Amino acid sequence: MLKLINITKSFGDNIVLKDLSLEIESDKTTVIIGSSGSGKSTLLRCINMLSEPDAGIFSYKDMTLNFSDKLDRRLEYKFKKLTGMVFQGFNLFPHKTVIENIVLAPITVNSIDKKIAYEEAEILLKQVGLFEKKDQYPHELSGGQQQRIAIARALAMKPDIMLFDEPTSALDPEIELEILKLISKVTKGNFTNIIVTHNMNFAKEISDKVIFLEKGQVLAEGTYEQLNTSDNVRIKQFLNTIG
Amino acid sequence: MSRELRIFIDSFFPILITGLKVTIPLTLIVFILGTLLAVIVAIIRIRKIKVLSQISWFYVWIIRGTPLIVQLFIVFFGLPKMGIIIPAIPAAIITFTLSVGAYSSEIVRSAILAVPTGQWEAAEALGFSYIQMMIKVILPQATKIAVPPLFNSFISLVKDTSLASTITVTEMFLATQRITARTYEPFILYIEVGLIYLIFCSVLTWLQSKVEDKLSFNKGKSIKKKEKSYVEVN
Repeated sequence: MLKLINITKSFGDNIVLKDLSLEIESDKTTVIIGSSGSGKSTLLRCINMLSEPDAGIFSYKDMTLNFSDKLDRRLEYKFKKLTGMVFQGFNLFPHKTVIENIVLAPITVNSIDKKIAYEEAEILLKQVGLFEKKDQYPHELSGGQQQRIAIARALAMKPDIMLFDEPTSALDPEIELEILKLISKVTKGNFTNIIVTHNMNFAKEISDKVIFLEKGQVLAEGTYEQLNTSDNVRIKQFLNTIG
Repeated sequence: MSRELRIFIDSFFPILITGLKVTIPLTLIVFILGTLLAVIVAIIRIRKIKVLSQISWFYVWIIRGTPLIVQLFIVFFGLPKMGIIIPAIPAAIITFTLSVGAYSSEIVRSAILAVPTGQWEAAEALGFSYIQMMIKVILPQATKIAVPPLFNSFISLVKDTSLASTITVTEMFLATQRITARTYEPFILYIEVGLIYLIFCSVLTWLQSKVEDKLSFNKGKSIKKKEKSYVEVN
């Protein structure tokens, strides 16, 4: 279980996360929804340490990170390495082939033997269905294919927690479903998934829990059904708009 | 055969060989050292490392704000007054390297900053340290952006090395001056040395296009290939 306790994050005068607390169950898929500017992406980036919270506590397994105190950098790095991130814009390395994109971090960061890293990458490529593209460059692939590779790249680091930051927002609706199925196929049950999305299909199809974020705070949480039948005016309004 | 033509032909190889023996090695050494210095200065300034960052700023300010020939004279003629005697060629290498380092640091800095934020974030999210990220992800992409302007300074440098003649380095230009003093044919001899500089720079221009081709990991190669096959089909 990953616990976030009283997390605060602001950029200048703009307070993005306000004393936010939530619990994320291990090996389950949590979907975070909310309108633009509600703090969804910032929350994800805080968990990945791309931006560090100003205050609050992360608690995961035997680790406790207290951002209000001076941080133990080594512990922070240890936690960061337990997370993998998939971005809205894929962010594949353009100067590396598909398979090089996947093996680069395991070889460089984890000092894994080259041969083993390539073997593992090939297995991942088969899982995401793009083995035949292994020697091509990212620009030769479609958006959907690039995102599949980005997912494989994150999985290659064997994280506990997979973070998806609007993974289908840059793709057309048809591909969206494909990526959704893939995420479900390659991660479900084995990873703690946290997915930030505007797409209610994610919540409907693969979430164990949905968190509705509003102005940097948790407005509601529960299963998709619970949220869908909620009486809360704001949630109803939100669900109606994005349909 | 006229006297001018004979002098032109007789001087060609002596000048060219001085170029190959002095001008080219001097240019290559300075370009490599200068670019390394530029990368270090650029990273110091991007990371805003305390003290070093201020020193770098001051260094770039001084070098860019004073003439190269003045810098050469200070190092070669001025420093001996302070008890520091540096022979002509090392003095030229030091001064030119400092010059290339200062100008190219701005090229390298802007190229590094031009690599999209997403690339830095992807590398960071995968757990790369700053140095690993620089070497494996950022610099390879920045190189591609920096190649055209870096070749600009490379080509300038070939010609700037002629200034070393003023501190007694017998490079191509001083060699030509000496032949001129002996034969008194300034017109054809200076045109001749100009032509040889032109040849050197043309080789570099050609090299630049080869390097750019090699670095074009997107667009470039594959599109060219596709265009070709398209033409064949038609």
